[in-house]
Amino acid sequence: MESALSLVLDQARQAGARQVLVIRLRIGALSGVAPDALQFAFEALAPGTLAEKAELAIEPVPARFWCADCRREFVSDDLFAECPGCGRPTGELRAGRELEVASLEIE
Amino acid sequence: MCENCGCGSTAEDTISVSAGHDAREHADEHEHERGHGHHHDHEHEHDHDPGHDHSHEASHSHPHSHETASPDSSPAEGAEARRTVEVRRAILDQNDRLAERNRGFFRARGLLVLNVLSAPGSGKTSFLRETVRTLAPQLKAGVIVGDLATDNDAQRLRETGAPVVQITTGTICHLEARMVARAVGQLDLEGLELLLIENVGNLVCPAAYDLGEDLRVVLLSVTEGEDKPLKYPPMFQGADVVVTSKIDLAGACGYDRDLALANLRRIAPRARLFETSARTGQGMEDWRKFLAGQSAERKTRDPLGPEL
Repeated sequence: MESALSLVLDQARQAGARQVLVIRLRIGALSGVAPDALQFAFEALAPGTLAEKAELAIEPVPARFWCADCRREFVSDDLFAECPGCGRPTGELRAGRELEVASLEIE
Repeated sequence: MCENCGCGSTAEDTISVSAGHDAREHADEHEHERGHGHHHDHEHEHDHDPGHDHSHEASHSHPHSHETASPDSSPAEGAEARRTVEVRRAILDQNDRLAERNRGFFRARGLLVLNVLSAPGSGKTSFLRETVRTLAPQLKAGVIVGDLATDNDAQRLRETGAPVVQITTGTICHLEARMVARAVGQLDLEGLELLLIENVGNLVCPAAYDLGEDLRVVLLSVTEGEDKPLKYPPMFQGADVVVTSKIDLAGACGYDRDLALANLRRIAPRARLFETSARTGQGMEDWRKFLAGQSAERKTRDPLGPEL
């Protein structure tokens, strides 16, 4: 969260913000990040910064896998992705590891 | 602070890098080696350059917002208008860039680099000590070892005679590319063919931090339960190699090998699997052959060529 916050504060300062209202994050299902932990860390770090009153808006990104045998993409919520076509497991992840700052609402 | 669990602070001064007594003296002789640290700082400043560009852009846009504000309204009111700033930047961006720089440095030297990960107590240090000791006639290895505190693991590894640098992370639960870059500056790389990085014992957060390694090796001991790969999917999904360690204890703890391998195959279908015991040496021969083969490929490859 520390590097997320420093990225947010850099961007907010460059845009001439007086304060940050909303921080929109995209968090992949397989990023390993627990949104609660992120929220907790944010609350610990934000006081005294431009972002102290900001709301964290977390957009979850589902995990999308690619099956090379069937040449198809599929979404899996349980993290053990077996291709719905052939039933074989695949390790090829196309989305779901995202951990990014998408946008900020500032004033 | 870790993105995953919120541990620690990544301020430089909380992290200490120690090459031990002998190696430190050695580093003092080689001012070049120390120069790496300085170089690193300079690169840091370069990393900020794109940010400066942005701020130029931002200042260009400023006059526009003044133009749109009516002459009556104070500048403060103009600035308070709610706006959206598109960022679209990965949070681990900086670590990833530093990791790529490490990777380029390692490649240019033909060095095979492993990031070795596991839960605390899976036997990483014993496994690496046996790896280094028994490979010594064939392949010259160095070790970087990360722990929250103490240099006990580094001391155990130094018994092999290999160069070892300990990174003490304080409260941080994982290694980052930046820490590895600093540690490499303390390591005598002359003639080194294999660099083993023993990460902090943790099956969660280190999965998110690329260090610039060639291969990610995850250890799982037979005492940890056959379903562990299913409980910590990101760690095992990212593994190039999974080593089942302490295989000599399999009988004593009722290890169900078929179930464990089936679970591993579900979560890491393409990982290379090894089963070893650092105590009895079982399976270590296969592991050494694999490393020797990987090292040979790396010594002869074009540093600018495709990923192996």
